[in-house]
This record gives sequence, structure tokens and C-alpha cells, in this order.
Amino acid sequence: MTSTAFRYLPLVLLALAWEAVARFNIVDSQALPPLSKVAVAWFDLMRDGSLVSNGAVSLYRGSVGLLLAILIGGGLGMAMARWRLFDVFVNPLVQLFYPLPKSALIPVTVIWLGFGDGSKILLIFLACMIPVTIGAYNGARGSEQVLVWSARSMGASRMRMMWDVVMPSALPELLNGVRTALALAFILIVSSELIASQQGFGYLIGYLGSTGAYEAMYAVVLTVAFLGFTADRVYQVIMQWLLQWRE
Amino acid sequence: MAAAMARVDDQPTLAAAAADLTQAAARRLDLVFRSGAALLSILLLLICWELFARSGRVTMFMLPPFSVVAEQIKTDALSGDLWRNLGVTLYRALAGFAIAACIGIVLGVSMSRNRVVRWFCDPIISVGFPMPKIAFLPVIILWLGVYDVSKICVVVFDAIFPVVTATLAGIAAVDKELVWSARNMGASERQLTWQIMLPAAAPQILTGLQVALPIALIVEIIAEMVMGGYGLGGAMMSASRFANSPGVFAGIVEIAVVGFLLIRAMAVLRRRLLSWHQETAE
Repeated sequence: MTSTAFRYLPLVLLALAWEAVARFNIVDSQALPPLSKVAVAWFDLMRDGSLVSNGAVSLYRGSVGLLLAILIGGGLGMAMARWRLFDVFVNPLVQLFYPLPKSALIPVTVIWLGFGDGSKILLIFLACMIPVTIGAYNGARGSEQVLVWSARSMGASRMRMMWDVVMPSALPELLNGVRTALALAFILIVSSELIASQQGFGYLIGYLGSTGAYEAMYAVVLTVAFLGFTADRVYQVIMQWLLQWRE
Repeated sequence: MAAAMARVDDQPTLAAAAADLTQAAARRLDLVFRSGAALLSILLLLICWELFARSGRVTMFMLPPFSVVAEQIKTDALSGDLWRNLGVTLYRALAGFAIAACIGIVLGVSMSRNRVVRWFCDPIISVGFPMPKIAFLPVIILWLGVYDVSKICVVVFDAIFPVVTATLAGIAAVDKELVWSARNMGASERQLTWQIMLPAAAPQILTGLQVALPIALIVEIIAEMVMGGYGLGGAMMSASRFANSPGVFAGIVEIAVVGFLLIRAMAVLRRRLLSWHQETAE
């Protein structure tokens, strides 16, 4: 207990330094409002419901896009690993899109689907699919050929073999790809809402910033940062649980 | 006798050499086949794009044909806009990346060599790494304005975390016996850092840099889109404001090419820097 407290003491010190710097006007309190005022602004935002309603929109967009990316990207990666002809033609396209800085897609998704949910979901889906596909591909390629052959010779159908043999052996790398995708989803959801949206965390941050409500803006920024951190931690726990069967 | 022995020994080596040759030939054939298929599939994608855009199922605004987009890129290139935007984007992204690399490696090394630094930075790094730091973009604009400095700062802020964690992990994985023997032979702490730990951790540090580079590009484009001004991302944003959809698609193609070339260059750099390492020999 004390060791945990000692470990996270620097964060507390940082928070205290923030409060002190802002309180004693060492920096402009417009640019850096004291942490205590930010906390007050956070409770206000929670009470009037704008944080919850915008947050729900963001999380909905993010989770639908990510889920689609995991399902389709994972399937694509495993199919690429198993069917050589498919791999030969699809892999170059994956390689082509892999280095594309995904944020470049923001204006295009807006052109296609407008300012609402659709464009954000499409963006998250397209961007997150790549790391999941590559993870699934590398993982499934590593699955032992002997296991595949024995499953086939014991009469497993192709689909069955994919599910029972290839999927489990691809799982560790697939899950790592999903972790990258999760981080990417947070980055893109916030930035695309900041650039082109009328709802969501990113919109709320931009709106509060432009009206000069900096305390509230800080409150939303910290909330998003905290959610991203928590999502990653929760995901790590799930990942460990899913990989328990490996010794 | 000795000659006969040699001949007997020669045969398997010859056979092995022949096998090596056929294997190399097969590998080369495979490579040719694969790169041919790669070109073909990219070509197919472009043709499908062109045909679909011209089929009348989508409007010119939704998806301009590739030829129109290529024309737009050519116009931008001839007027010089492309080069100016490209230069600005590359400058900020690479400056931010370079600063993040330097500070990140120094911070990683000092965290692994100094317990106080480690105690202070460890929770900040482990909490900060998974955070979507892009949310702090408006805060950085508030502090530093919308010009180069703030864009570079946003890039540094995002790209530094993978470098620090990779450096930490790389140094933690350095063979203990390597360190002991260096100490035993009288290496000073400075020599230990520069001549033992950094080279031994180099593969992992470079992996960290390879993670950080695409992040730097993504963030630079976002920063330009939010703050406006010159740059490939800024140009895309103003094109989309004027409903100039060939301009938007031209931006995607340009940014894709930049990303592709930079990431390739990084992989080449890795192979160069690690030419002494067994990883490259494979």
C-alpha cells in the first residue's frame, strides 16, 4: 500500500505544482487555471449533462468502429495468412495503406458521410483495421503447419480449422494489434471531432476552448486522457485473461 | 589419400551449394512474382477507382477520378504549392520527431541509470503513454499559439513516449554479463553507457523510433488540420472548406506517398545502423 503511494507520489507532486503555479499567478491563470477550479468545472459539466451526452456519442462512435475493425480486420488478416493467392494480391494493398498517416482520411470521410456518426465510425474502422489485420496476419502465419494438417486430416472443415486452430495461435499478436488500434481509435475520435463534428468529446473541447471556458476545457481534456488510460489498462487485463490458457 | 578425402568431402558441399543456388533462385522467383502481383494489385485498385468514379454512380464531389486527382497534383507541383506545403510538413514532423528521439533516449537512459529520475518519471510515463495526448492540442494552442513551435511541440509530446519506453526496455534487457565484464575490465560509467548499453539496446531503441515516426506524421497532419496554415494537412483542410474534392484526394495521395517513403527510409536506416548486429545477417 505504502509502496504504491510512493510509486505514484510524483503524480501527486505534479498536481500540487500545477495548483501552486496557477494559484500564485506564476503563469497566466487563463492559460493554466488551478486544478481545484478545473475539478469544480468538471462537476458542473457532469451536472448539466453535457460531458455525459458528448462522451456517450464519442464512445459509441469509437466502439462501433473498433468492433468492425476487429471483426473484419482480424478475418482479413487470417485469410491472408492461409490463402496464398489472396495474400499475394491483398497484402500489397495493406502495405500501401499501412504507412498512410490515418488522420489524412478525416476530410474524406466527411465528404462521404457528412459531419455525423457515420464519418467517424468509417474513419475509426479504416484506421484501426490496418494494425488488427497485420497482427492477425503475423500471428496466423506463425501457427504451426502440423497442427493445421492434423486438424484437416481429422476432418475439420476449413472454417472449423480457422476457428479452432488458426485463431488461437494468432491470438497473442492479434490482441497486440487490437491494443494499437485502441490507442489509435482514441486519437482519431478526439481529433476528428475537434475538426469536423457537432457532438462528442473533441467537439466539446473545441467549443469550450473557443468560448474561453478554459477551466471546463481542461476538465474535458483530462477526462478524455483518463478514459484513454483506463481503456488501455482494462484491455490489458482482458488480454491477460484471454491468454491464460498459454501456461 | 588426402586428395581422395577432399573429393569425398567436396561432394556434399557441392550438393549443398547447388541446393543453395536453387533455393536462392526460387526465392528470387518468388520475389519477382510477389512484386509483380503487388504492382498489379495497386494498378487494379487505381483502375477500379477510375472506372467507379466515371461510372456515374458517385458524383464528382464524392469521388473524383484518379486522373483528375493526378492532374490536381501536377498543377500543385508546377505552381510550387505542393513543394512549399511538403517542405513545411516535413520540417515540422521531422523536427518534432528528432527532438522526441533525442529527449526520449536521454530520458530513457537517465531513468535506467538513476533511481531518483526513475522514481519521478516512471508513473508519468506509464500513465502518459496510453493517454490520447492529442486531446491536449487545444491546451498547447492556448499556450503557444498556432505557429510552428506549437505544432512541433504537439509532435514531440506524442512521439516521445514510445522512444522512452523502448529505450527503458532495451537497456533493461542488456545482458548482465556484458555489463559485468565491461565493469570488470575497468569501464567507466560513461563508457558503460555509450559503448555497452546504447549499442546493445540499439535494436529496441530503433523499434521505438519506428513506432514514433508514424505517430509524428499522424499528429503533425492533425495539428495542421486543426490550426490551419501551410502544410499538406492544412492544404487538405482548406480544399475541403472550398468543397474542392480533387484537392482533398490529392492531399491523401501526397500524404500517403510521404508516409510510405519516410517509413521505408527508416527501415533502411535501421539496416544500416544495425549492420553489425546479427538481426541484419538473417
